[in-house]
Amino acid sequence: MSTVVQKKGFFPVLWDYLTTVDHKKIAILYLISGGFFFLVGGLEAMVIRIQLAVPDSNFVSAGLYNEILTMHGTTMIFLAAMPLLFAFMNAVVPLQIGARDVAFPFLNSLGFWLFFFGGIFLNLSWFLGGAPDAGWTSYASLSLASEGHGIDFYVLGLQISGAGTLIAGINFLVTIINMRAPGMTYMRMPLFTWSTFVASALILFAFPPLTVGLFLMLFDRMFGANFFDHTMGGNTIIWEHLFWIFGHPEVYILILPAFGIFSEIFATFSRKRLFGYSAMVFATVLIGFLGFMVWVHHMFTVGLGPTANAIFAVATMAIAVPTGVKIFNWMLTMWGGSIKFTTPMLYAVAFIPSFVAGGVTGVMLAVAAADYQYHDTYFVVAHFHYVIIGGVVLGLLAGTHFYWPKMFGTMLNETLGKVTFWLFLIGFHLTFFIQHFLGLMGMPRRIWKYLPNQGLEVGNAISTVGAFFMAAGVLVLIYNIIITQVRNERVGNDPWGDGRTLEWAIASPPPFYNFKQLPLVRGLDPYWIEKMEGNDRMTPAEPIGDIHMPNNSFIPFVMSLGLFIAAFGAMYQVDWRASDGAEYGWAIPVLVIGMLITIGSMAVRSLKDDHGYHVHKEDLEKDDEEGGRL
Amino acid sequence: MDMEQKFTSKTWPESPEKTTLEGKNKFLGFWLFLGGETVLFASLFATYLALKDRVPDNSHALAQDMFELPLVFIMTMLLLTSSLTSVYAMYHMKNYNFKKMQTWLLITVGLGLAFLGFEIYEFNHYVHAFDHTFTSSAFGSGFYTLVGFHGAHVVIGLGWFILLLIRNSRRGLNLYNAPKFFVASLYWHFIDVVWVFIFTVVYLMGMVG
Ligand code: HEM
Ligand SMILES: [Cu+2]
Repeated sequence: MSTVVQKKGFFPVLWDYLTTVDHKKIAILYLISGGFFFLVGGLEAMVIRIQLAVPDSNFVSAGLYNEILTMHGTTMIFLAAMPLLFAFMNAVVPLQIGARDVAFPFLNSLGFWLFFFGGIFLNLSWFLGGAPDAGWTSYASLSLASEGHGIDFYVLGLQISGAGTLIAGINFLVTIINMRAPGMTYMRMPLFTWSTFVASALILFAFPPLTVGLFLMLFDRMFGANFFDHTMGGNTIIWEHLFWIFGHPEVYILILPAFGIFSEIFATFSRKRLFGYSAMVFATVLIGFLGFMVWVHHMFTVGLGPTANAIFAVATMAIAVPTGVKIFNWMLTMWGGSIKFTTPMLYAVAFIPSFVAGGVTGVMLAVAAADYQYHDTYFVVAHFHYVIIGGVVLGLLAGTHFYWPKMFGTMLNETLGKVTFWLFLIGFHLTFFIQHFLGLMGMPRRIWKYLPNQGLEVGNAISTVGAFFMAAGVLVLIYNIIITQVRNERVGNDPWGDGRTLEWAIASPPPFYNFKQLPLVRGLDPYWIEKMEGNDRMTPAEPIGDIHMPNNSFIPFVMSLGLFIAAFGAMYQVDWRASDGAEYGWAIPVLVIGMLITIGSMAVRSLKDDHGYHVHKEDLEKDDEEGGRL
Repeated sequence: MDMEQKFTSKTWPESPEKTTLEGKNKFLGFWLFLGGETVLFASLFATYLALKDRVPDNSHALAQDMFELPLVFIMTMLLLTSSLTSVYAMYHMKNYNFKKMQTWLLITVGLGLAFLGFEIYEFNHYVHAFDHTFTSSAFGSGFYTLVGFHGAHVVIGLGWFILLLIRNSRRGLNLYNAPKFFVASLYWHFIDVVWVFIFTVVYLMGMVG
């Protein structure tokens, strides 16, 4: 039973992580790489704010500014926010439903490595001739005119990481449908599991349009197609539709899991069952549906006509209703609860007014006629930062503090946590509140510099100061993480003392097979029910028996690496053809080799049987006697 | 459970593709994947319709000038029949008749290859008789992308069947490979359904102008 032996030393651990199919380790991989990209994106944000701190500034050049702005948005959405959410989904959802792993452990690992290599590819553009510079929305009329390979990095990088996201979405859907423990009915699932479920469904149906859009862009830029070139009969609006049919659901893919995290936190620290559970579930599902019917609100000014604009305006406003239902349920969960203001709870409480402010500006923007005034100004920038930072990022920071003990078995320092919270919250409002007014005064978004004496100086200066507060908050968090891991004080199953759901019923971090015996779920908040009846653990639903586990595999890494290599070939074959074969002769061979690596590793996966292995009953029982070492 | 366990037609379960947890997961996951593929093709269809007959000037051939019913009718029949033969294969799979399943899958592959041959001929014909290429106009880009994506799916489906047939040629059916055969045939049906839409939207609607 070599697999049960703990691995020690740097290289064995590295190899373990490169080949792991364990959802808890994949969660850590997502957390580390998502965290890394969050810092990169944050650095880019600081450059933006420094450039805009004073009028007529020359801190960065116009071209570089466009690249930084584009990479900030793209990195934060695709490489930071989503992977960080995946980190918590991976760490928590299988535990919350009482499963030993996800439905497709191999694909779980593949999804991560595709995201990782896609992200690295995109960021290599900085060192290989310049980053993409047409905004995170990369509108075709701009991006087709962009010289160099920046946009190609965007297209290929997002294509690779997007495939990983799609795989992760399918994996969570099947996991939640098929792998629930006995008694875990749909209407007993914790809200974080529900929101993961709905967000995964959104991923499944929203990512294919992006995939198609990226393919069309790839064909136009790299293979001479004419989808967006109107002189050849093409139509640049097609990109906008495809992008936003993906793009609007995408913002709900981000916010729904954050809603889920907050729902868990509100119930836990109000020490009260979530108010209006079934209404919460219904609202989540409804938001998911409506999310697909509003994309045109990003295109009000394109000229699709008053009828289209009116229909989509009304549909957009309708989303505010289920969102409002959720807000009231959270507040009523706190009402009459015995509230404990831990760091996660502080984030949750601060989230409500911050997010509501973003929702209000959202409804303002949804008024199509008024949007002609707001569109492409800092008002929109303020709106989406209020919902994304005030919602998603606060959710991620709350989740980091809340789930840290479950993921790592140590508790982040609460005092430092609160310092981070206050710095970040104050900084956030300082940065973005004033931007509403900058926008209303006419400051366009994505602008490189503004002139003095137009009334924009004070607002921009305040905004930049706020950004430094947020950066300071993040630095304190990093310090907190480091000292916590160095001190390494281990905590027990339920370190917050108020855990309600299954993940708090097992060790922190859990053993690699999660549950020695699958738990019997007897209602909503199953662990809370057991605690109320005086039990310190879940009632098992089965006798101790052999546990079937999947084998580790290096194939996902190699498969993703192949695509990463092939992407370079696809990109530079353009130069090879432009030079009539005089230069870049290696491009096509690299493309072919990369594809062969990927297809070859798929074939190996398909041809070689992989039955997994069993952890034997005797080992589990012996382990029990020795005090749970496994 | 021992995945390599041998069965007889008596002990073989009724739904072998869904008997193990792995099989059940694969079955559901693949259906969901096909849901995503549906959106993918919907996006391609929408793009094609937006760009249909959009050409830079009137020297270019349009849908009406190029498409001919006999050719695409034969292709449609080939693919529809191959869907039927893959149903037969799955029927025999469920009855634990490995030999017959192999035979019907081979027929399916043959029909798929014939379809592919006609498609290559068709594309070649448009390029040479009408100068209708991937880069000649937005119409060309839209047409070859939609129909080409479908063609690529056919190639992948064929490769998948062939790989499965080779890998399992001598070990017969078990609960490990039954779900694999089953989802491959699901994929094949999906490809067939997409083609029905291509036949209608691209060719029939193209011929009426
Ligand atoms: C009550 C709910 C919401 C409404 C009514 C709403 C409405 C809108 C509208 C109409 C726009 C387009 C403004 C323009 O470009 O002129 C917009 C932009 C945006 N919204 Fe929202 N929104 C809502 C919630 C959210 C949420 C929850 C998120 C993300 C978590 C979000 C993220 C964004 C982003 C990123 C943009 C800007 C996209 C871009 O142009 O780069 N919104 N919103
Ligand atoms: Cu939107």
